[in-house]
Amino acid sequence: MGLTSNSTGLGAIDSGLVIEKQHPTDRVIALAGNPNVGKSTVFNELTGLNQHTGNWPGKTVSCAQGTHRYKDTEYIFVDIPGTYSLMAHSAEEEVARDFICFGEPEAVVVVCDATCLERNLNLVLQTIEITPNVVVCVNLMDEAAKKKISIDLEKLEKALGVPVVGASARSGKGLDRLMEKTAGLASGSFSSCPINIRYIAAIEEAISILQPIVEKKAVKNLAPRWIALKLLDYDPALLRSLSDYLGFSVLDDPEISQGLKRALAKLLEHGISKEQLRDKIVSCIVLAAEEVCLDAVTFHKHDYDVRDRKIDRLLTSRRTGIPIMLALLTGIFWLTITGANYPSQLLSQALFWGQDRLGEFFVWIGAPQWLNEMLVLGVYRVLAWVVSVMLPPMAIFFPLFTILEDLGYLPRVAFNLDHFFKKASACGKQALTMCMGFGCNAAGIVGCRIIDSPRERLIAIITNNFVPCNGRLPGP
Amino acid sequence: MEIHPLTELDEGQIARVKNILSTGSMRRRLQDIGLIENTDVQCMQKSPSGDPIAYLIRGAIIALRTEDSGNILVQFH
Repeated sequence: MGLTSNSTGLGAIDSGLVIEKQHPTDRVIALAGNPNVGKSTVFNELTGLNQHTGNWPGKTVSCAQGTHRYKDTEYIFVDIPGTYSLMAHSAEEEVARDFICFGEPEAVVVVCDATCLERNLNLVLQTIEITPNVVVCVNLMDEAAKKKISIDLEKLEKALGVPVVGASARSGKGLDRLMEKTAGLASGSFSSCPINIRYIAAIEEAISILQPIVEKKAVKNLAPRWIALKLLDYDPALLRSLSDYLGFSVLDDPEISQGLKRALAKLLEHGISKEQLRDKIVSCIVLAAEEVCLDAVTFHKHDYDVRDRKIDRLLTSRRTGIPIMLALLTGIFWLTITGANYPSQLLSQALFWGQDRLGEFFVWIGAPQWLNEMLVLGVYRVLAWVVSVMLPPMAIFFPLFTILEDLGYLPRVAFNLDHFFKKASACGKQALTMCMGFGCNAAGIVGCRIIDSPRERLIAIITNNFVPCNGRLPGP
Repeated sequence: MEIHPLTELDEGQIARVKNILSTGSMRRRLQDIGLIENTDVQCMQKSPSGDPIAYLIRGAIIALRTEDSGNILVQFH
């Protein structure tokens, strides 16, 4: 995602939950998915440079939206935060859930990782409980093929009851079909009938008490069954947003509160307390995902990853893990510092040659000396210096770092070092943000979002500063 | 059958989750990745210092610190 004039500065501030349609026929599509499934790749492929990033109102969660034209209709894609579930355990999950529930998107595209589909279906199932307008995009099909995992998309589609599209977003494959299905669903040219997750008998009984009552109320486009379930699973923040959205306080409604009392009594009769209820709900969803996958996903070779495992062992074992890591990182620094010298020298020679010419030009046009000193010796010289010192190491360090990232080595570094970081009450992932800090502290601090615990994240942010970035690296 | 904490699993060994003692956000995070009772878990790789340890859970590899995996009780196969 590039920094454009729209995505930075003043333009970035106003973006919020309210999606502005340029035209009444524009369609709003939410893009959901687990973290690291290529959701951003799908988003970037579809919207290109027509993007706008900002924060969700009142939350430190970033939000990107972009447009894609398909068959004369403008589609506004909203990239909601990557989450594993919609149970609102974190700010990200709350934002994701609230947008799917109350943002009134015409369709929700859930991007999944084909190489571990079962875990991803958790989010899919939770989403289709809220709205039937869901398209499942099984991404990374190429990766799955490499790992000898085959996915029967037709069976998956039948089992889930919503359109399923296979894709390899990195090479742009499958995105046309994704748009076709999304457009069809959003315009209502066909509809889906998603499966109902079957909960255990006690929960089903409780739902069947509440659902008819909820159905009688004006619940807009939300599924009554889902509202019934959420009433049982009493979540004050959600019920508040729900009441705001529906325009009446759900808990103060006499019929609903009476029904809820009866339903909760039913649950207690079966010996299910509030605490257990959420466990049971989650278990049922996980088991439903397992059942769907049992049919649709085949692992052809159980030893497909023998080579990967061997490499993993080499990279993370007690004897070889740390030495290999030190060697690799030293190599990168050596390449960066020594390698940057040559282009640095060339650049500075060229740029300072330019300074001399510029100075002569100023003399030739008879500019006053103070102007010459200010512009040439001041502005130009400083700029030339910064460029020749900082550009070459960055141009070497970042690509090397990206290669390590693409190879998947960085999570192994975090894995190797977590123990040491834990001793300092920090998190192993901080090793990555610190490495990034060698390139640029700003980039390192932005990267700290990968650390889950707020305290560990804060430690990583504050201490990133002590990592000398490229511009502060000592010369050889 | 005897119940052990997940930390006692050797590399390559598979066990079935019988009880999760974790509470709060850790419990929910485990549930999110599909770790519920009767899920099979394989120990994949210990880190150089023996903590954290990587486990294969429902097709995905996840590293858990021993303070967290110690709260997961399993039955060996």
